Amino acid sequence: MALHGHLKNPIRERYLFRNRAIVAAIGGLVLVVLLVARLAYLQIISHEHYTTLSQNNRVDILPIAPTRGLIYDRNGVVLAQNMPSYSLEIIPERVASMGQTLSAIGKLIEVSESDIERFYRLLKRHRRFEKVPLRFRLSDEEVARISVNRHRLEGVEINSRLTRHYPLGPLTAHTVGYVGRINERELRNLKDPSNYSATTHIGKVGVEKSYEALLHGTVGHQQVETNASGRILRVLQRTPPLPGHNLHLNIDVRLQRIAANAFAGERGALVALEPQSGAVLALVSMPSYDSNLFVNGIDHKTYRALSTSRDKPLFNRALKGQYPPGSTIKPFVGLAGLEHQVITTADSVPCHGYYQLENDDHKYRDWKKEGHGEIGLTRAIVESCDVFFYDLGRMLGIDRISSYLKAFGLGRRTGIDLVGEAGGLMPSREWKRRNKRQPWFPGETLITSIGQGFTLSTPLQLAHITATLAARGKRVQPAVVNHIIDQTSDEVTQPSPLHLQGVEIIDPERWDRIFRAMTQVVHGLTGTARRINRNLPYKVAGKTGTAQVFGIKQDEEYKEEEIAKRLRDHALFISFAPVDNPRIAVALIVENGGSGGAVAAPIARQVMDGFLLDDNGRLKP
Amino acid sequence: MIKELIRRLHIDLPLLFGLLVLAAFGLTILYSAGNQEFALIQRQLLRMAVAFGVMLVLAQVNPDTLLRWAPWLYGIGIALLVAVLVMGVVGKGAQRWLDLGVVRFQPSEMMKLVVPMMVAWYLAERPIPPSTRHLIIALLIVLVPTLLIAKQPDLGTALLVASSGIFVLLFASVSWRLVGSAILLMIPTAALVWKFFMHDYQRQRVLTFLNPESDPLGAGYHIIQSKIAIGSGGLYGKGWLNGTQSHLEFLPERSTDFIFAVLGEEFGMMGALVLLTLYMLIIVRGLLIAVAGQDSFQRLLSGGLIMTFLVYVFVNIGMVSGLLPVVGLPLPLISYGGSSMVTVMASFGILMSIQTHKKLLRS
Repeated sequence: MALHGHLKNPIRERYLFRNRAIVAAIGGLVLVVLLVARLAYLQIISHEHYTTLSQNNRVDILPIAPTRGLIYDRNGVVLAQNMPSYSLEIIPERVASMGQTLSAIGKLIEVSESDIERFYRLLKRHRRFEKVPLRFRLSDEEVARISVNRHRLEGVEINSRLTRHYPLGPLTAHTVGYVGRINERELRNLKDPSNYSATTHIGKVGVEKSYEALLHGTVGHQQVETNASGRILRVLQRTPPLPGHNLHLNIDVRLQRIAANAFAGERGALVALEPQSGAVLALVSMPSYDSNLFVNGIDHKTYRALSTSRDKPLFNRALKGQYPPGSTIKPFVGLAGLEHQVITTADSVPCHGYYQLENDDHKYRDWKKEGHGEIGLTRAIVESCDVFFYDLGRMLGIDRISSYLKAFGLGRRTGIDLVGEAGGLMPSREWKRRNKRQPWFPGETLITSIGQGFTLSTPLQLAHITATLAARGKRVQPAVVNHIIDQTSDEVTQPSPLHLQGVEIIDPERWDRIFRAMTQVVHGLTGTARRINRNLPYKVAGKTGTAQVFGIKQDEEYKEEEIAKRLRDHALFISFAPVDNPRIAVALIVENGGSGGAVAAPIARQVMDGFLLDDNGRLKP
Repeated sequence: MIKELIRRLHIDLPLLFGLLVLAAFGLTILYSAGNQEFALIQRQLLRMAVAFGVMLVLAQVNPDTLLRWAPWLYGIGIALLVAVLVMGVVGKGAQRWLDLGVVRFQPSEMMKLVVPMMVAWYLAERPIPPSTRHLIIALLIVLVPTLLIAKQPDLGTALLVASSGIFVLLFASVSWRLVGSAILLMIPTAALVWKFFMHDYQRQRVLTFLNPESDPLGAGYHIIQSKIAIGSGGLYGKGWLNGTQSHLEFLPERSTDFIFAVLGEEFGMMGALVLLTLYMLIIVRGLLIAVAGQDSFQRLLSGGLIMTFLVYVFVNIGMVSGLLPVVGLPLPLISYGGSSMVTVMASFGILMSIQTHKKLLRS
């Protein structure tokens, strides 16, 4: 300090300042060099890295859902289609307060509680920036109301989407099935999840599920430029999706409708097959439900009502309903008797209204209390005599009955191209030992030979064995789908009928024997289904049946009127026509219908008329 | 004729030329950063006109007048800063403005000029290098307004105000040994500041600076996105108006504090070098003016002002390129915004005044 003194020295100050200015200039240069080095690091050395990041920021690859294939009936009637519909969707990431937004929407258009409930359900498992639907099928007015107020509804969008629609609803619900939103389990089980990256719906039941792989199509992609908030600004590149294949079914909705109407409110199921091809002409389960309810998620109340209904509308009786086949299996047991040469057509048995085994005082009753008198095979089928078949069953034994009926397909899945088919049951000694841990009792053979006891069959199975009978032992796997059209190449794929191991017979004349007897069931004076032969321009072979809902005690009077409707027997009927060249085989059951001849047979007649006759009531060539 | 006009208006032509080119460059970038919105450019042009006007006005003021005003201005400035803390208007979470009815006035901006003026005034009257006592008083002159501004809180401005004063001290030939010990003393001070004086968001900024990826969608988002913008620009850039980071709204604050990232993305390293060269030319001219200053007050003041300008540039580009923490400083003459530009241009007005008001030398 003393060195510089307290006096100012302008020249020295100027000199000192110049030194410091040089230091400042050098310091400044260092800082600038530092910045340049930093820029070089970012813009030259790491340029590629940041270019990639910038690309990722900007370019998004979005999957495009393919259009699902359409489903037609055999005459080209649309059964499943994709309808453009407006839906109100919300991008949750862009909504500040979900509660406020929902109530604002609720003031503009109708939003039911079930809509909100479903919305929150979907919200829980949505992908980031994915739109979550709140309302479907908005009317033009609703679209307008939302559009006008869009500025106040951040994150709310109206989108036009293709929604699966089933124009015939309940009529085809049990065959075509429906699609619904993909759930997590389905997503996990997908073979190729990337193909479903844009797909919201998947086949849940019926043809929609069985043929999911063909109906779905192949996902497309688009490269889009997005901004920071994820909004798409423009499409850079696009690989269009490939639409799913169209399916043409064997189902004839005309027959389907005739059958559904013929049930007239009764519960039951009907399956009509083409014996030579296995084509499923009609598959009806009554009552039915509107499959459209499930497409966008059914609300709890409606679902509860459907699922808890005593009538079980959601249950596909044709495919999954297992009923005792009753007397409908008598022609098959009769054929077994002829084939094993246990009986001939000439043989006869006295019928007193009941049958007894040696060393057994149990009376096996005939449905006709006073008995049929002296009776042979033909009349036993025509009048459905039980005693004759008790005796025949005793002679055949369970092993031969079981294996013979199994050969026709009883108690076995038909392998139809619909998922969820039940197997039914053809009991055998082996089966009883394994499942009941009991030996087979002789009396069980008797009731098995009239289709009661353990035996269970689905309506589809009954139709299948009837078709096999009509085709003289030729067994064809039932098929709902006739042909498949690839929409991109117009290529038609028609799977040929799948022939299963058929029923061989030593003397083909025996087919005619049984056919003749079954024809008498309808056309004979004493036939159990004679009431449907009025003005019948073709010959029908049929067999009625009743399946007991509960057992009747020994020597007890069977009074139908006294039994509540729900406890009445199921009415069954199997038939094929025309007898000399069978073109259709029909099997059906009317639950608690009572009598096969009176209740079930007329329904079959209407379906066969519908298929075989032209508008003028003449047999189609 | 024109030469005469320039002389009479006390304009330093090299400085004016540099500033005009810089302003033009700034408008070009702003046009792109502001999504080609012409109204934005118009508003910025208006501010520039005001700022250049202020520069012209200050260029007319004789440095001797500034010397006389310095203590008064300083006193008023401190009073205003206190007033801001007591009755200022809160904006963007900080109390920075005084509502004067017609305009909102930010006293801290003024202090960027007044603090170096005051320190220069104080030191220029005394022998240089200053004695320890004088040095401590000079430091207090700097510290009081700095703390008042930091309390608002406005870390960026406090930093600039402090550095403008400190630079004057450095230009006053404070011994390097003292500077070295001061820097050593800063380390515990920084720890204290971190613990007691920083707001959560300020601490967050520092933490984010240290590791931006720790919070990519929150506090680190700014830095990550601006680095992507600059880095993806490469050597030559994506082209004017073609920056995807900027135009697709990935880059936040792109027309204000982060505008350099737009430049880096669209004009690449070449554009950035052009800008840095322009800044360097202006700074070199400023230093030359300082060296040519006629007395210590002029030299210290102009040196302090021009180095503050350098800090502006370095801190902004440093923070946008991820070299420094985000402190919220605009890029002078490029960023959209008014008050800091007026201050910057005012400091250039003072520089011009110092350059153009030469007294005839007495032998």
